[in-house]
Amino acid sequence: MAVGKEILDTLHALVDRDITLMHICGTHEAAIARAGLRSVLPERLKIVMGPGCPVCITPQGEIDAALDLVERDCTIATYGDLLRVPGTKGSLESSGGDVRVVQGIHKAAEIARREPDREVVFISVGFETTAPTVAATILSRPPENFSILSCHRLVPPAMAWLLGQGEASLDGFLLPGHVCAVMGYEEYERFPVPQVVAGFEPEDILLGLLMAVQQVREGAHRVENAYPRVVTREGNVKAKRLMYEVFEPYDVEWRGFPVIPASGLRLKPEFEGYDAQKKYDIEIRHVDKHSACICDKVLRGIARPSDCKLFGKVCTPRTPVGPCMVSHEGACKIWHLYESRRA
Amino acid sequence: MCIAMPAEVLEIKEGNIGVVDFGDLQQEVRLDLVDVKVGEFVLVHVGFAIQRLSREEGLETREVFRQVYAAMEE
Ligand code: SF4
Repeated sequence: MAVGKEILDTLHALVDRDITLMHICGTHEAAIARAGLRSVLPERLKIVMGPGCPVCITPQGEIDAALDLVERDCTIATYGDLLRVPGTKGSLESSGGDVRVVQGIHKAAEIARREPDREVVFISVGFETTAPTVAATILSRPPENFSILSCHRLVPPAMAWLLGQGEASLDGFLLPGHVCAVMGYEEYERFPVPQVVAGFEPEDILLGLLMAVQQVREGAHRVENAYPRVVTREGNVKAKRLMYEVFEPYDVEWRGFPVIPASGLRLKPEFEGYDAQKKYDIEIRHVDKHSACICDKVLRGIARPSDCKLFGKVCTPRTPVGPCMVSHEGACKIWHLYESRRA
Repeated sequence: MCIAMPAEVLEIKEGNIGVVDFGDLQQEVRLDLVDVKVGEFVLVHVGFAIQRLSREEGLETREVFRQVYAAMEE
Protein backbone atom coordinates (compact mmCIF):
# COMPACT_ATOMS: atom_id res chain seq x y z
CA MET A 1 0.00 0.00 0.00
CA ALA A 2 2.71 2.47 -1.13
CA VAL A 3 0.31 5.23 -2.17
CA GLY A 4 -1.66 4.52 0.95
CA LYS A 5 1.42 5.01 3.11
CA GLU A 6 1.99 8.46 1.67
CA ILE A 7 -1.63 9.51 2.17
CA LEU A 8 -1.54 8.11 5.68
CA ASP A 9 1.63 10.08 6.53
CA THR A 10 0.02 13.27 5.21
CA LEU A 11 -3.10 12.53 7.27
CA HIS A 12 -1.01 12.13 10.42
CA ALA A 13 0.65 15.46 9.71
CA LEU A 14 -2.64 17.23 9.03
CA VAL A 15 -4.91 16.04 11.82
CA ASP A 16 -4.19 18.57 14.57
CA ARG A 17 -7.64 18.55 16.21
CA ASP A 18 -10.49 16.14 16.96
CA ILE A 19 -12.27 15.33 13.72
CA THR A 20 -15.22 12.99 13.30
CA LEU A 21 -16.23 11.89 9.81
CA MET A 22 -19.27 9.78 9.03
CA HIS A 23 -19.75 7.39 6.15
CA ILE A 24 -23.17 6.06 5.19
CA CYS A 25 -22.39 2.83 3.43
CA GLY A 26 -22.04 -0.80 4.46
CA THR A 27 -19.49 -1.44 1.75
CA HIS A 28 -17.34 1.40 3.13
CA GLU A 29 -17.59 -0.13 6.61
CA ALA A 30 -16.55 -3.54 5.26
CA ALA A 31 -13.62 -2.05 3.36
CA ILE A 32 -12.49 -0.06 6.43
CA ALA A 33 -12.77 -3.04 8.75
CA ARG A 34 -11.13 -5.40 6.31
CA ALA A 35 -8.06 -3.19 5.85
CA GLY A 36 -7.96 -2.40 9.59
CA LEU A 37 -7.90 1.30 8.71
CA ARG A 38 -9.14 2.55 12.07
CA SER A 39 -6.05 1.19 13.82
CA VAL A 40 -3.64 3.11 11.59
CA LEU A 41 -5.47 6.45 11.45
CA PRO A 42 -4.39 9.41 13.58
CA GLU A 43 -5.84 9.06 17.06
CA ARG A 44 -7.85 12.26 16.79
CA LEU A 45 -9.56 11.23 13.55
CA LYS A 46 -12.70 9.22 14.19
CA ILE A 47 -14.66 7.41 11.48
CA VAL A 48 -18.22 6.44 12.35
CA MET A 49 -20.79 4.54 10.35
CA GLY A 50 -24.14 6.27 10.03
CA PRO A 51 -27.48 4.96 8.76
CA GLY A 52 -25.87 3.28 5.73
CA CYS A 53 -27.58 -0.10 5.91
CA PRO A 54 -31.05 -0.14 4.34
CA VAL A 55 -32.14 -3.29 6.16
CA CYS A 56 -30.95 -1.90 9.51
CA ILE A 57 -32.78 1.41 9.25
CA THR A 58 -36.08 -0.26 8.37
CA PRO A 59 -38.10 0.21 11.56
CA GLN A 60 -39.63 -2.70 13.38
CA GLY A 61 -43.14 -1.56 12.43
CA GLU A 62 -42.36 -2.29 8.78
CA ILE A 63 -40.94 -5.73 9.61
CA ASP A 64 -44.17 -6.36 11.52
CA ALA A 65 -46.15 -5.23 8.47
CA ALA A 66 -44.30 -7.84 6.39
CA LEU A 67 -45.24 -10.43 9.01
CA ASP A 68 -48.87 -9.28 8.82
CA LEU A 69 -48.77 -9.98 5.09
CA VAL A 70 -47.56 -13.52 5.82
CA GLU A 71 -50.60 -13.94 8.06
CA ARG A 72 -52.83 -12.84 5.19
CA ASP A 73 -51.41 -15.81 3.28
CA CYS A 74 -49.40 -13.72 0.83
CA THR A 75 -46.26 -15.09 -0.77
CA ILE A 76 -43.44 -12.87 0.41
CA ALA A 77 -40.45 -12.30 -1.83
CA THR A 78 -37.47 -10.31 -0.60
CA TYR A 79 -33.70 -10.08 -0.15
CA GLY A 80 -31.96 -12.68 2.00
CA ASP A 81 -30.68 -9.97 4.33
CA LEU A 82 -34.17 -9.28 5.62
CA LEU A 83 -35.17 -12.83 6.61
CA ARG A 84 -33.75 -12.94 10.09
CA VAL A 85 -34.46 -9.37 11.15
CA PRO A 86 -36.47 -9.69 14.35
CA GLY A 87 -39.98 -8.24 14.37
CA THR A 88 -42.30 -8.09 17.36
CA LYS A 89 -43.44 -11.67 16.76
CA GLY A 90 -40.47 -13.50 15.24
CA SER A 91 -38.92 -12.98 11.84
CA LEU A 92 -39.87 -13.75 8.25
CA GLU A 93 -37.65 -16.80 8.47
CA SER A 94 -39.40 -18.17 11.55
CA SER A 95 -42.90 -17.17 10.40
CA GLY A 96 -43.65 -20.47 8.71
CA GLY A 97 -45.15 -18.62 5.75
CA ASP A 98 -44.36 -18.81 2.05
CA VAL A 99 -41.25 -16.60 2.10
CA ARG A 100 -38.88 -16.67 -0.84
CA VAL A 101 -35.49 -15.06 -1.30
CA VAL A 102 -35.00 -13.30 -4.61
CA GLN A 103 -32.10 -11.49 -6.23
CA GLY A 104 -34.23 -8.47 -7.05
CA ILE A 105 -37.76 -7.25 -7.69
CA HIS A 106 -37.83 -8.57 -11.28
CA LYS A 107 -37.60 -12.12 -9.94
CA ALA A 108 -40.47 -11.46 -7.55
CA ALA A 109 -42.60 -10.23 -10.46
CA GLU A 110 -41.70 -13.43 -12.33
CA ILE A 111 -43.08 -15.49 -9.45
CA ALA A 112 -46.36 -13.55 -9.69
CA ARG A 113 -46.50 -14.23 -13.42
CA ARG A 114 -45.75 -17.94 -12.99
CA GLU A 115 -48.17 -18.41 -10.09
CA PRO A 116 -51.27 -16.34 -10.88
CA ASP A 117 -53.18 -17.94 -7.98
CA ARG A 118 -50.79 -16.55 -5.41
CA GLU A 119 -50.73 -12.99 -4.08
CA VAL A 120 -47.06 -12.06 -4.26
CA VAL A 121 -45.68 -9.16 -2.21
CA PHE A 122 -42.13 -7.90 -2.62
CA ILE A 123 -40.71 -6.32 0.55
CA SER A 124 -38.89 -3.46 -1.08
CA VAL A 125 -36.05 -1.99 0.98
CA GLY A 126 -33.13 0.10 -0.21
CA PHE A 127 -31.78 3.56 -0.85
CA GLU A 128 -31.58 5.42 -4.15
CA THR A 129 -29.32 2.68 -5.52
CA THR A 130 -32.22 0.25 -5.44
CA ALA A 131 -35.38 2.33 -5.92
CA PRO A 132 -34.87 2.80 -9.69
CA THR A 133 -34.87 -0.99 -10.19
CA VAL A 134 -38.26 -1.09 -8.49
CA ALA A 135 -39.51 1.81 -10.59
CA ALA A 136 -38.47 0.10 -13.83
CA THR A 137 -40.29 -3.07 -12.80
CA ILE A 138 -43.49 -1.27 -11.79
CA LEU A 139 -43.44 0.57 -15.13
CA SER A 140 -43.30 -2.79 -16.90
CA ARG A 141 -46.80 -3.38 -15.46
CA PRO A 142 -46.48 -6.66 -13.55
CA PRO A 143 -49.68 -8.73 -13.11
CA GLU A 144 -52.40 -7.75 -10.63
CA ASN A 145 -51.44 -10.38 -8.08
CA PHE A 146 -48.16 -8.52 -7.54
CA SER A 147 -47.52 -5.66 -5.14
CA ILE A 148 -44.75 -4.15 -3.03
CA LEU A 149 -44.36 -2.99 0.54
CA SER A 150 -42.27 0.11 -0.05
CA CYS A 151 -39.69 0.58 2.71
CA HIS A 152 -37.44 2.82 0.59
CA ARG A 153 -35.48 5.65 2.13
CA LEU A 154 -33.52 8.59 0.75
CA VAL A 155 -30.07 9.43 2.09
CA PRO A 156 -29.92 13.27 1.97
CA PRO A 157 -32.88 13.88 4.33
CA ALA A 158 -31.20 11.68 6.97
CA MET A 159 -28.00 13.68 6.56
CA ALA A 160 -29.99 16.87 7.01
CA TRP A 161 -31.46 15.44 10.22
CA LEU A 162 -28.04 14.39 11.56
CA LEU A 163 -26.58 17.82 10.82
CA GLY A 164 -29.51 19.67 12.34
CA GLN A 165 -29.47 17.54 15.44
CA GLY A 166 -25.74 17.59 16.12
CA GLU A 167 -25.46 14.79 18.72
CA ALA A 168 -22.72 12.98 16.75
CA SER A 169 -20.66 16.21 16.33
CA LEU A 170 -19.87 15.45 12.73
CA ASP A 171 -17.20 17.43 10.90
CA GLY A 172 -17.85 15.89 7.52
CA PHE A 173 -19.13 12.99 5.45
CA LEU A 174 -17.81 10.36 3.09
CA LEU A 175 -20.70 10.06 0.67
CA PRO A 176 -21.99 6.62 -0.34
CA GLY A 177 -20.40 5.67 -3.66
CA HIS A 178 -23.23 3.56 -5.07
CA VAL A 179 -26.03 5.89 -4.10
CA CYS A 180 -24.05 8.65 -5.82
CA ALA A 181 -23.36 6.45 -8.87
CA VAL A 182 -27.11 6.64 -9.50
CA MET A 183 -28.03 10.04 -8.05
CA GLY A 184 -24.86 12.04 -8.66
CA TYR A 185 -23.89 14.48 -5.92
CA GLU A 186 -25.59 17.68 -6.95
CA GLU A 187 -28.24 17.41 -4.24
CA TYR A 188 -25.55 17.18 -1.55
CA GLU A 189 -24.14 20.57 -2.44
CA ARG A 190 -26.76 22.26 -0.24
CA PHE A 191 -25.18 20.89 2.95
CA PRO A 192 -22.73 23.33 4.55
CA VAL A 193 -20.29 20.61 5.60
CA PRO A 194 -17.20 18.97 4.05
CA GLN A 195 -18.23 16.01 1.88
CA VAL A 196 -16.22 13.66 -0.32
CA VAL A 197 -17.54 10.91 -2.58
CA ALA A 198 -15.14 8.07 -1.90
CA GLY A 199 -14.37 4.74 -3.55
CA PHE A 200 -13.81 1.40 -1.87
CA GLU A 201 -10.10 0.57 -1.99
CA PRO A 202 -8.16 1.36 1.17
CA GLU A 203 -6.32 4.00 -0.85
CA ASP A 204 -9.62 5.45 -2.12
CA ILE A 205 -10.95 5.72 1.40
CA LEU A 206 -7.74 7.25 2.75
CA LEU A 207 -7.80 9.76 -0.09
CA GLY A 208 -11.42 10.60 0.71
CA LEU A 209 -10.53 11.09 4.38
CA LEU A 210 -7.57 13.27 3.46
CA MET A 211 -9.67 15.50 1.24
CA ALA A 212 -12.31 15.86 3.93
CA VAL A 213 -9.69 16.65 6.59
CA GLN A 214 -8.20 19.31 4.34
CA GLN A 215 -11.62 20.92 3.99
CA VAL A 216 -12.11 20.85 7.76
CA ARG A 217 -8.75 22.59 8.26
CA GLU A 218 -9.55 25.20 5.64
CA GLY A 219 -12.99 25.76 7.16
CA ALA A 220 -14.36 24.99 3.71
CA HIS A 221 -17.44 23.04 2.73
CA ARG A 222 -17.90 21.62 -0.71
CA VAL A 223 -18.59 18.27 -2.32
CA GLU A 224 -15.45 16.72 -3.78
CA ASN A 225 -15.37 13.62 -5.89
CA ALA A 226 -12.58 11.19 -5.04
CA TYR A 227 -14.29 8.45 -7.05
CA PRO A 228 -14.61 9.90 -10.57
CA ARG A 229 -14.07 6.41 -11.99
CA VAL A 230 -17.70 5.65 -11.19
CA VAL A 231 -19.48 8.78 -9.96
CA THR A 232 -20.43 11.91 -11.91
CA ARG A 233 -22.15 15.05 -10.66
CA GLU A 234 -25.43 14.25 -12.42
CA GLY A 235 -25.43 10.46 -11.92
CA ASN A 236 -27.68 8.21 -14.01
CA VAL A 237 -30.27 10.61 -15.39
CA LYS A 238 -32.52 7.88 -16.77
CA ALA A 239 -32.61 5.99 -13.47
CA LYS A 240 -33.46 9.16 -11.56
CA ARG A 241 -36.24 10.03 -13.98
CA LEU A 242 -37.85 6.58 -13.68
CA MET A 243 -37.58 6.70 -9.89
CA TYR A 244 -39.50 9.98 -9.67
CA GLU A 245 -42.01 8.85 -12.27
CA VAL A 246 -43.12 6.06 -9.96
CA PHE A 247 -42.33 7.26 -6.43
CA GLU A 248 -42.95 10.38 -4.39
CA PRO A 249 -41.20 11.37 -1.15
CA TYR A 250 -43.12 11.29 2.15
CA ASP A 251 -42.37 11.78 5.84
CA VAL A 252 -41.38 8.56 7.56
CA GLU A 253 -39.61 7.14 10.60
CA TRP A 254 -36.25 5.34 10.41
CA ARG A 255 -35.01 2.86 12.97
CA GLY A 256 -33.10 4.92 15.50
CA PHE A 257 -34.52 8.16 14.10
CA PRO A 258 -37.80 10.00 14.49
CA VAL A 259 -39.99 10.82 11.49
CA ILE A 260 -37.71 12.53 8.97
CA PRO A 261 -39.46 14.85 6.50
CA ALA A 262 -39.57 13.67 2.87
CA SER A 263 -37.17 10.80 3.59
CA GLY A 264 -39.22 7.85 2.33
CA LEU A 265 -40.50 6.84 -1.08
CA ARG A 266 -44.06 5.68 -1.67
CA LEU A 267 -45.80 4.78 -4.90
CA LYS A 268 -47.62 7.64 -6.61
CA PRO A 269 -51.44 7.41 -6.69
CA GLU A 270 -51.49 6.09 -10.27
CA PHE A 271 -49.52 3.02 -9.15
CA GLU A 272 -51.60 2.47 -6.02
CA GLY A 273 -52.71 -0.93 -7.29
CA TYR A 274 -49.16 -2.15 -6.59
CA ASP A 275 -49.08 -0.74 -3.06
CA ALA A 276 -49.43 -3.69 -0.67
CA GLN A 277 -50.15 -1.41 2.26
CA LYS A 278 -53.27 -0.06 0.53
CA LYS A 279 -54.21 -3.33 -1.14
CA TYR A 280 -54.28 -5.28 2.13
CA ASP A 281 -55.09 -2.36 4.39
CA ILE A 282 -51.93 -2.82 6.43
CA GLU A 283 -51.19 -0.34 9.15
CA ILE A 284 -47.58 0.50 9.98
CA ARG A 285 -47.30 0.93 13.71
CA HIS A 286 -44.56 2.60 15.67
CA VAL A 287 -42.90 0.07 17.96
CA ASP A 288 -40.97 1.19 21.03
CA LYS A 289 -37.80 -0.73 21.61
CA HIS A 290 -37.43 -2.81 24.73
CA SER A 291 -34.26 -4.82 24.29
CA ALA A 292 -30.73 -3.82 25.26
CA CYS A 293 -29.85 -3.59 21.57
CA ILE A 294 -28.26 -0.22 20.75
CA CYS A 295 -28.63 -0.43 16.95
CA ASP A 296 -30.43 2.90 17.12
CA LYS A 297 -27.32 4.60 18.51
CA VAL A 298 -25.01 2.74 16.15
CA LEU A 299 -27.10 3.99 13.21
CA ARG A 300 -26.89 7.57 14.45
CA GLY A 301 -23.11 7.33 14.72
CA ILE A 302 -22.97 7.85 18.50
CA ALA A 303 -22.08 4.29 19.53
CA ARG A 304 -19.85 1.54 18.19
CA PRO A 305 -20.97 -2.08 17.96
CA SER A 306 -18.43 -2.98 20.66
CA ASP A 307 -20.17 -0.54 23.03
CA CYS A 308 -23.16 -2.90 23.07
CA LYS A 309 -23.27 -5.25 26.05
CA LEU A 310 -24.74 -7.97 23.88
CA PHE A 311 -22.17 -7.73 21.08
CA GLY A 312 -20.52 -11.07 20.36
CA LYS A 313 -22.02 -12.63 23.49
CA VAL A 314 -25.79 -12.88 23.31
CA CYS A 315 -25.90 -11.25 19.88
CA THR A 316 -23.99 -13.01 17.09
CA PRO A 317 -24.73 -13.55 13.39
CA ARG A 318 -26.32 -16.89 14.34
CA THR A 319 -28.38 -15.40 17.14
CA PRO A 320 -28.97 -11.79 16.07
CA VAL A 321 -30.80 -9.52 18.49
CA GLY A 322 -30.89 -6.47 16.21
CA PRO A 323 -30.81 -5.90 12.45
CA CYS A 324 -27.24 -4.55 12.55
CA MET A 325 -26.12 -8.12 13.29
CA VAL A 326 -28.27 -9.58 10.49
CA SER A 327 -27.51 -7.63 7.35
CA HIS A 328 -24.22 -8.00 5.52
CA GLU A 329 -24.11 -4.23 5.62
CA GLY A 330 -24.81 -3.92 9.32
CA ALA A 331 -21.97 -2.48 11.40
CA CYS A 332 -22.32 -5.18 14.11
CA LYS A 333 -22.18 -8.03 11.62
CA ILE A 334 -19.13 -6.51 9.90
CA TRP A 335 -17.28 -5.85 13.17
CA HIS A 336 -18.09 -9.33 14.40
CA LEU A 337 -16.65 -10.85 11.25
CA TYR A 338 -13.36 -8.99 11.46
CA GLU A 339 -12.93 -9.21 15.22
CA SER A 340 -13.44 -12.94 15.24
CA ARG A 341 -10.88 -13.22 12.47
CA ARG A 342 -8.29 -11.23 14.28
CA ALA A 343 -8.77 -13.01 17.56
CA MET B 1 -27.94 -5.51 -0.39
CA CYS B 2 -26.55 -2.18 -1.51
CA ILE B 3 -23.80 -4.25 -3.03
CA ALA B 4 -22.94 -3.46 -6.64
CA MET B 5 -20.43 -5.16 -8.92
CA PRO B 6 -18.90 -4.15 -12.25
CA ALA B 7 -19.51 -6.54 -15.16
CA GLU B 8 -18.94 -6.62 -18.90
CA VAL B 9 -21.92 -6.78 -21.25
CA LEU B 10 -21.51 -9.87 -23.46
CA GLU B 11 -24.86 -10.01 -25.18
CA ILE B 12 -28.07 -8.02 -25.38
CA LYS B 13 -31.29 -10.01 -25.66
CA GLU B 14 -34.84 -9.06 -26.39
CA GLY B 15 -36.79 -7.39 -23.59
CA ASN B 16 -33.97 -5.31 -22.11
CA ILE B 17 -32.05 -8.31 -20.85
CA GLY B 18 -28.27 -8.51 -21.02
CA VAL B 19 -25.85 -11.33 -20.39
CA VAL B 20 -22.95 -9.96 -18.38
CA ASP B 21 -19.63 -11.35 -17.23
CA PHE B 22 -18.47 -10.73 -13.65
CA GLY B 23 -15.09 -12.32 -14.32
CA ASP B 24 -15.85 -15.73 -12.87
CA LEU B 25 -19.57 -15.86 -13.42
CA GLN B 26 -21.98 -14.98 -16.20
CA GLN B 27 -25.49 -13.88 -15.46
CA GLU B 28 -28.56 -12.32 -17.04
CA VAL B 29 -29.30 -8.81 -15.81
CA ARG B 30 -31.96 -6.20 -16.55
CA LEU B 31 -30.86 -3.27 -18.69
CA ASP B 32 -33.91 -1.01 -18.13
CA LEU B 33 -31.89 1.73 -16.44
CA VAL B 34 -28.96 2.13 -18.85
CA ASP B 35 -28.30 2.45 -22.56
CA VAL B 36 -25.34 0.18 -23.29
CA LYS B 37 -23.63 -1.70 -26.06
CA VAL B 38 -21.94 -5.09 -26.06
CA GLY B 39 -18.38 -4.80 -24.72
CA GLU B 40 -19.21 -1.95 -22.34
CA PHE B 41 -19.05 -2.24 -18.56
CA VAL B 42 -21.91 -1.69 -16.16
CA LEU B 43 -22.36 -1.57 -12.40
CA VAL B 44 -24.82 -4.33 -11.41
CA HIS B 45 -27.03 -4.16 -8.30
CA VAL B 46 -29.89 -6.54 -7.34
CA GLY B 47 -29.95 -7.95 -10.88
CA PHE B 48 -30.08 -4.58 -12.68
CA ALA B 49 -27.36 -2.57 -14.43
CA ILE B 50 -27.58 0.73 -12.55
CA GLN B 51 -24.85 2.74 -14.28
CA ARG B 52 -22.48 2.52 -17.22
CA LEU B 53 -18.75 2.42 -16.56
CA SER B 54 -15.75 2.85 -18.80
CA ARG B 55 -13.79 -0.31 -19.52
CA GLU B 56 -10.82 0.64 -17.34
CA GLU B 57 -13.10 1.56 -14.44
CA GLY B 58 -14.83 -1.74 -14.77
CA LEU B 59 -11.72 -3.85 -14.77
CA GLU B 60 -10.01 -1.86 -12.06
CA THR B 61 -12.96 -1.72 -9.74
CA ARG B 62 -14.04 -5.32 -10.13
CA GLU B 63 -11.14 -6.83 -8.20
CA VAL B 64 -11.64 -4.45 -5.25
CA PHE B 65 -15.30 -5.30 -4.93
CA ARG B 66 -14.65 -8.98 -5.25
CA GLN B 67 -12.32 -8.88 -2.26
CA VAL B 68 -14.56 -6.80 -0.05
CA TYR B 69 -17.69 -8.80 -0.85
CA ALA B 70 -16.06 -12.20 -0.54
CA ALA B 71 -15.41 -11.32 3.08
CA MET B 72 -18.86 -9.81 3.68
CA GLU B 73 -20.66 -12.87 2.34
CA GLU B 74 -18.96 -15.27 4.78
S1 SF4 C 1 -24.56 -6.16 18.82
FE1 SF4 C 1 -26.65 -6.93 18.43
S2 SF4 C 1 -27.85 -6.16 20.10
FE2 SF4 C 1 -25.97 -4.94 20.07
S3 SF4 C 1 -26.41 -3.18 18.79
FE3 SF4 C 1 -25.57 -4.71 17.44
S4 SF4 C 1 -27.37 -5.80 16.64
FE4 SF4 C 1 -28.05 -4.64 18.44
